[in-house]
Amino acid sequence: MASRDDIKFLSNPNIGKNRKKYCRFRKFGIKFIDYKDKEFLLQFVNEQGKLLPRRITGNSLKFQRKIATAVKRARHLAILPYLTDLLK
Amino acid sequence: MRNYEITFIINPTLPGDAHKEVANGYVEWLKANGCEITHIGDMGLRGLAYPIQKCHSGFYYCIEVSSPDGVFINKIELAFRRNESILRFLTIALDKYGVQYNEDFRAGKIGGKRKKAIAEEAAKAAAAKEQETLNLESQIEA
Repeated sequence: MASRDDIKFLSNPNIGKNRKKYCRFRKFGIKFIDYKDKEFLLQFVNEQGKLLPRRITGNSLKFQRKIATAVKRARHLAILPYLTDLLK
Repeated sequence: MRNYEITFIINPTLPGDAHKEVANGYVEWLKANGCEITHIGDMGLRGLAYPIQKCHSGFYYCIEVSSPDGVFINKIELAFRRNESILRFLTIALDKYGVQYNEDFRAGKIGGKRKKAIAEEAAKAAAAKEQETLNLESQIEA
């Protein structure tokens, strides 16, 4: 019997496989989210300045909540906009 | 002792260095009301993400304080509300991670400062290497 290694695929079989998502805060040990750090918070909002869901960012619930508070604080202080277009 | 962080935005249309006087006034007030000032962060003139009171920029100040209780917060927030040159303010309580983060940030361990320091070191190393090669070349020529 031919094993999987012997088969020649026409295209790379690893393409299209979903990479496992992870929480970057857990992985890199980030404990505090600074509401004054605009560049960092921009990673968690979309082009309209709305919060991205956990489904996409892969954050754990604990840190998703902290991000939500940080983004809301940044919006209050006009560091991030409440609503906009073409933020990035 | 509890740790707090007070951030506020001062109207940029104040004449000259009046914004510094306003900020110093609040720092003095905090000291007089039994708070220990850990750090006064002057974040400078920044653009606002949306206009506030028809202003498109403002002077950001971030004061880190530790205090035995939170009684001063209501008083200082009332003072902020009464002051027309304060566009926005925010007081938050810092947990131990927040305090640690701020210390590290000031020491340049995280954030833009760290990247700058790394870039500077790299530039220094590159300059040193260049100097070495130049020296070598001059030696060879000699």
